[in-house]
Amino acid sequence: MPVMNIIQAVNDALRLEMRRDPRVVVLGEDVGKFGGVFRATQGLQEEFGADRVMDTPLSETGIIGTAIGMAIYGMRPVPEIQFSDFIFPAFDQIVSEAAKFRYRSGGQYPCPMTIRTPCGGGIRGGHYHSQSPEAYFVHTPGLKVVIPSNPHDAKGLLLSSIRDEDPVIFLEPKRIYREAKGEVPEGEYTIPLGQAQVAREGTSLTVLAYGAMLHTALKAADEAAAAGIDAEVIDLRTLLPLDIDTVIASVKKTHRVVVAHEAPRTCGYGAELIALIQERALLDLEAPIARVTGLDTPFPYTLEHEYLPDAGRIVEAMQATVAF
Amino acid sequence: MATERKAAAPDVFQILDRDGKVRSDREPKVPAEDLRRLYRGMVLLRHLDERMLRLQRQGRLGFYMTSTGEEACQLGSAYALLADDWIFPSYREPGVAFWRGYALKDYICQLLGNAADPLKGRQMPVHHSVKSIHFVSISSPVGTQIPQAAGAAMAARIRGDKNAVITYFGDGATSTSDFHVGMNFAGVFRAPVVFFCRNNRWAISVPYSRQTASPTVAQKARAYGFEGVRVDGNDLLAVLVVTREALERARSGGGPTLIEAETYRVGSHSSSDDPNAYRDTQEPKEWQERDPVERFRKYLATKKAWDEEWQKQIDGEVQAEVTAALKAAEAEEKKPPIESLFEDVYADVPWHLREQRDALLGYLSRRGPIGGH
Repeated sequence: MPVMNIIQAVNDALRLEMRRDPRVVVLGEDVGKFGGVFRATQGLQEEFGADRVMDTPLSETGIIGTAIGMAIYGMRPVPEIQFSDFIFPAFDQIVSEAAKFRYRSGGQYPCPMTIRTPCGGGIRGGHYHSQSPEAYFVHTPGLKVVIPSNPHDAKGLLLSSIRDEDPVIFLEPKRIYREAKGEVPEGEYTIPLGQAQVAREGTSLTVLAYGAMLHTALKAADEAAAAGIDAEVIDLRTLLPLDIDTVIASVKKTHRVVVAHEAPRTCGYGAELIALIQERALLDLEAPIARVTGLDTPFPYTLEHEYLPDAGRIVEAMQATVAF
Repeated sequence: MATERKAAAPDVFQILDRDGKVRSDREPKVPAEDLRRLYRGMVLLRHLDERMLRLQRQGRLGFYMTSTGEEACQLGSAYALLADDWIFPSYREPGVAFWRGYALKDYICQLLGNAADPLKGRQMPVHHSVKSIHFVSISSPVGTQIPQAAGAAMAARIRGDKNAVITYFGDGATSTSDFHVGMNFAGVFRAPVVFFCRNNRWAISVPYSRQTASPTVAQKARAYGFEGVRVDGNDLLAVLVVTREALERARSGGGPTLIEAETYRVGSHSSSDDPNAYRDTQEPKEWQERDPVERFRKYLATKKAWDEEWQKQIDGEVQAEVTAALKAAEAEEKKPPIESLFEDVYADVPWHLREQRDALLGYLSRRGPIGGH
């Protein structure tokens, strides 16, 4: 089985789906001849032509607005927003248009499209190349939100997203684009949206994470093991719809929970996870649920590793939760 | 004042003068029967607007928007469209939908948001969506449909389809970023799309002169690399000719066109505002001289395609049609089923929505039905 990184897995998924389904088109800034600033669309224009792999003018509103028109018309567009920090000019088209087309038209006009966009910090990117905007989109009825943590899942989840009948925000954790390597099956396979995965089994407590933070959580679990804490780590993979059953089953097993994400704390995705858990398993809990998150500040340049949760912060939260 | 620009500027294409006399050698050959249908379509629109606005005043409709004075923009451009063409409308082109077969009863059910509303009571009145005639869903933010139309046209071109796309918007929408990006993408990709701007001079209370310092909307097309044309929007024949030309250019690979139709919003923006609060009451009266319906009537009369008797007949017909449709629509269940609230958010209803649905149904079964609407 070939070993790939996430970029290669994304590229492989796009290539396979474009071969299989002539409705699939890719559009965005620098995605054509150059193959994307992260090289995720490398070679696609060569194989499928400039009509199906389009270098667009530099406007996120335009990329998403035209992609919506294509989806409404019957295509399967996969627009790329070069950095998720640049998605906000297209916010209106995403939340007021793509997300609502099916509903507002009484089901007449579905809007199947997959918006790929690199997210997250730790790459010396400052405010505008580092943010984690998932909460905005999870908060918008009509969107699905997916974020893989490894090449195998990136490929299978991307294929599922493109085939999905609804608009999907497909967040790609860019810090681990090349760092996360793994075996990726050749050919097509899908990982259903809405299925989490237990990345590490354990009994002492449950750590919920996704994207790049999954790797930080696994590192923390290894460090905590030395202190006798046997953590279960769950990779959520799809934030909406959430795999609530896997989460609650783990909580009922371990009775303690730590939630970790890069995005700011207030109204972050962790807040929703905690609300859902206490609604369903309050009496199973032996300790308050801890949050390890980014800060409620703009994303900084120089002090980004202080801003970002690291394994140490997660370990401390784990220790406090177990000791409660 | 918005009236500083006169509709009959020399570069505004016109076939019929204000008296319905042909002043151009480009009068289109339209069968008399079609001319009469077009006229009837305008008569229906005007009558419908009067009736629905009255209904709103009586509290039987939550909200309404008329297109009074802009009938020729709708019918003239609708006549130029082919069955396979796609429309990305704004909220002032119901006449395009009617011309293509949208049923009056469905229209009124949408206004009522009742159980027979094709949109299941999810949108404010006048935000129609009619897939069978490629009349794409309307949203309230002005301008968002412009890049979408460009995208649909790009898709049509990629697929090798021979159809074209038209999108409608008002002069206010030309100030949005969506207008810029839609025009820009369409120009770059030579998309088969027609941008139809109904320059009706008013965006709620703000006149054209506050939307742009550009003397015309049409000239903006030049910067995007394609043609912009000005047309007398109250002249159905002129609208028909320029729209047909633009659609043919689009279909034959000639790229997009921006049409600026000079017209006037005779009524309020919506049932929620009173134009007397912000514009000269004399202005609408001046525009009555250019009324599109009356102008077309005079033209038909010179063609011997109109007489008093026929006018009485169609007046009676449209009144009866609206009455019958209204009666049928008001006989429907007032509200869509509660379950429908949770449908079409996604293709399937996910667990969290099922949970919220069950909770709401449980509450309502204890409380009893909720009033309103």
